[in-house]
Amino acid sequence: MDINAYIESGILELYVAGALSETENKEVYELMLKHPEILQEVLEIEAAVIKLTAATSRGTKSRILTLIKEKLLFNKNVKETKVVSIAKPKYNWLTYTGWAAAILLGVGMFWMLNQNNELKSDLQTAEIEQSYLETQIADAKTDLESNKKLLSILRDKDIIAVPLGGQGDFANTYAKVYWDKKSNEIYLDAQGLPAPPPGKVYQVWSLKLSPLTPVSLGTIDDFMQDDNKIFEIQNLNESEAFGITLEPAGGSETPTMEQLYTLGVVAAAP
Amino acid sequence: MQLELLITKFQQKDQKAFEELYNMYGDSMQGVIYNIVRDNDIAEEVMQDVFIKAWNNSASYSAEKGRFFTWILNIARNAAIDKTRSKAFKNSKKNLDAEYFVDILQTSESLDDKTDAIGIKKFVKKLAKKCIEVIELLYFKGYTQQEASEALDMPIGTVKTRNRNCIKELRTIVLE
Repeated sequence: MDINAYIESGILELYVAGALSETENKEVYELMLKHPEILQEVLEIEAAVIKLTAATSRGTKSRILTLIKEKLLFNKNVKETKVVSIAKPKYNWLTYTGWAAAILLGVGMFWMLNQNNELKSDLQTAEIEQSYLETQIADAKTDLESNKKLLSILRDKDIIAVPLGGQGDFANTYAKVYWDKKSNEIYLDAQGLPAPPPGKVYQVWSLKLSPLTPVSLGTIDDFMQDDNKIFEIQNLNESEAFGITLEPAGGSETPTMEQLYTLGVVAAAP
Repeated sequence: MQLELLITKFQQKDQKAFEELYNMYGDSMQGVIYNIVRDNDIAEEVMQDVFIKAWNNSASYSAEKGRFFTWILNIARNAAIDKTRSKAFKNSKKNLDAEYFVDILQTSESLDDKTDAIGIKKFVKKLAKKCIEVIELLYFKGYTQQEASEALDMPIGTVKTRNRNCIKELRTIVLE
């Protein structure tokens, strides 16, 4: 290959101008590697073209470089650019931390709000429980008072205790009467009686034995409602015995003897 | 070769290498860009775009495809020509068709400060119009040999030899 003729053809000037095809470019490149004269020629053409084109520049290359470096976020040892390069990450750090803090704060506030609501509802539950317990305590106090009263009655020496035994079909039932003659009251303990069937009530009778004269002491209408099944009943009679019959609601004039549950005779006064 | 090492480092995102290459080719690129857009602000804007693009696409360069200078020259010419095609540019600009790089050389005041400037001025004065035309098209405007041949209405072979002679003349002035 005639190297000189190749150089003189002007292809290398076009090579530097970028006016050749890709294939031609590759060809020139390979020849440059093989022939130092061709490489030298290319370098000189390039240098001349650079000088010519540079002559039309505006001479503001350095200023533009600063702008480019700013845009590319170059880190430099030069003080000016250092300020830029440090300021950027600082800004990012602050931004990210700021966002993170904001999110944390939001989550935290949401959590606190939830906690607050939970506490409020807990408090409400506790208040309800408290008032419930207060009621229970009041109930217990009332119960205690009535029990104390009962106990004092039972212990009173003037009280006459009259056990009422089950009769006939109702042999397994029982009751007890505590008779306070001073206050003319009896306390009927009806714990041993079954619940009366619907439409029926127990009726308490004071009895004279000879002749057999029953006097109604009244019906026990609140049998089911009373917890301790102890009923206070006024008794002005000189009773010799007490009986309990099951009667239709409202009571009867005379006891229905078939429905006599319990009966007990007052022991003769000592 | 030192240039090859510099380019390799540049492709490995070495900032120092980038700056060195910028200093080697920056004036040349600014000249080419300014010759196309004929506006200082726009030229500076394009100049930034060109070197940022070069930095971001450094991997696309390979020595087999051509000279590094030619690679960046192509980026610069394409960016500048793209700019002249934008609507905003067309609305604000006069017709640039009749202008050549020599106008800049003859009117530029800053030229006197530069090395080789006087030599180049002399060269330009001596240059025949045929040289100005062919250099303008091939180096400043990026015409292919085919395009230049059509634009100048002469065979490709003639374009090549004429250009060869013009560059030869330039070399004797600036590279002695």
